[in-house]
Amino acid sequence: MESSAGAALRRTPLNTLFRDLGARLVDFAGWEMPVQFTSVIDEHVAVRTAAGLFDVSHMGEIEVEGPDALALVQRVTCNDASRLVVGQAHYTGLLNERGGFVDDILVYRRGADRFLLVVNAGNTDKDFAWVKSHTRGEVRVDNASARWAQIAIQGPRSEEILRPLCAGDLRAIAYYHFAEMTVKGAACIVSRTGYTGEDGFEIYGPTGAAADLFSALLQAGKGAGLLPCGLGARDTLRLEARMPLYGNDIDDTTTPLEAGLKWIVKTGKGEFIGRDALLRQEKEGVGRRLVGFEMVDRGIARHGYAVRHDGREIGLVTSGTFGPYVKKNIGMAYVPPGLAEPGARFAVVIREREAAAVVVPAPFYKRAR
Amino acid sequence: MSKGDGIYPEDLRYTKEHEWLEVRGNVATVGITQYAQAELGDIVYVELPQAGAAIVAGEPFGTVESVKAVSELFAPTSGTVAEVNAGLAQSPDQVNKDPYGEGWMIRITMADPGEADALMTAAQYRKYVEDEAN
Repeated sequence: MESSAGAALRRTPLNTLFRDLGARLVDFAGWEMPVQFTSVIDEHVAVRTAAGLFDVSHMGEIEVEGPDALALVQRVTCNDASRLVVGQAHYTGLLNERGGFVDDILVYRRGADRFLLVVNAGNTDKDFAWVKSHTRGEVRVDNASARWAQIAIQGPRSEEILRPLCAGDLRAIAYYHFAEMTVKGAACIVSRTGYTGEDGFEIYGPTGAAADLFSALLQAGKGAGLLPCGLGARDTLRLEARMPLYGNDIDDTTTPLEAGLKWIVKTGKGEFIGRDALLRQEKEGVGRRLVGFEMVDRGIARHGYAVRHDGREIGLVTSGTFGPYVKKNIGMAYVPPGLAEPGARFAVVIREREAAAVVVPAPFYKRAR
Repeated sequence: MSKGDGIYPEDLRYTKEHEWLEVRGNVATVGITQYAQAELGDIVYVELPQAGAAIVAGEPFGTVESVKAVSELFAPTSGTVAEVNAGLAQSPDQVNKDPYGEGWMIRITMADPGEADALMTAAQYRKYVEDEAN
């Protein structure tokens, strides 16, 4: 299978396993990835009610280590990495001078001077070049993506399925924290993070151990209802949990303030790229805001569909789908601030027909805690 | 039921766009084939015309949507919509579960019942699908 650019698609260490499992494969950011194994809906529901297993090895890992590592991370991201203890991670933005997103990433603190940046697959090279270009002082910045595989297990039964394979106490890992431990004999980072809105873990390990670990987890989870899941379910799950997708809901023209991500912006921490632009925007007010909406009329809103109010086009749908667990047609769109409150109504244009939608509070789905 | 299982009832006619047609007198019932529903995956929405709408052979008459994608439905023959399967509004998954039965989409009063003869037989469609898969 070739990508649209004509080059062969990149493969993760789990590619052969996917073919054996009969997955339907697609090109995602130049990688050959499974979009589904059985059915997007079955996989989605499995994650909400039992557990699902995802290959996310296509994502990028950038190591930032050395005496000036913290200073570099602080300079290129908007959240405050100095507040991270060793063993803690947070969600943050790599921003440009206009306050727009170069990428949305996770930063893991592995030591006082050791950080791991986990970045979107399609942005790995761009992010690495960006971070490297802002390097000052004594710090090593390495694109370590080829050395790391990543598997995510997500759902209420994740911990019970993963526990027997781990040489460490999973219960001790709090949300957005991680531990370095052996998993099925391989040295891994196990973090209680995910992109689904459920409890679960993301396991970072050596590429050579990935296929074994994935198979072992499938086996261990059989009795608990664990299903292998593809990118189709990954997208519907994150959308129900109202998590943004880079390229759809955020990009280099959207700021965290516009995208409803003010909570990751810590202007009080000191200078960082984009800080001035964000302070200005905070003072002047945003021109648009990302909202979550539900369809009122029949029809599914999809990425790129126009949004209208009083006959005028006022925005675009950035993400939209049928939510398999909430069983509603949901989506996100940028609208003028006056229409950004729950209860506000607008129309989504679906093949020339105006279908009514209503803004709803985030998220569409919240797990019972 | 995987797309390799090749269920194509003998008494139906088939199109290159993977619709099936059942003709009784001058009324044709239309749906999509078992191959099409397997290709699309979970169907979550079907958009169909109203009764009385004009149908033109080869033109799109509605859409069928899976979680990931929107696909157009193409009219196998010309005529007027006599009846629409209202059950698909509540249960679009019937198209996956029973594509030749409960998953039927529209009934057309045909302008020219002879138009059906130009469509593929089950044997021809089976060969068409096998060729397309390779």
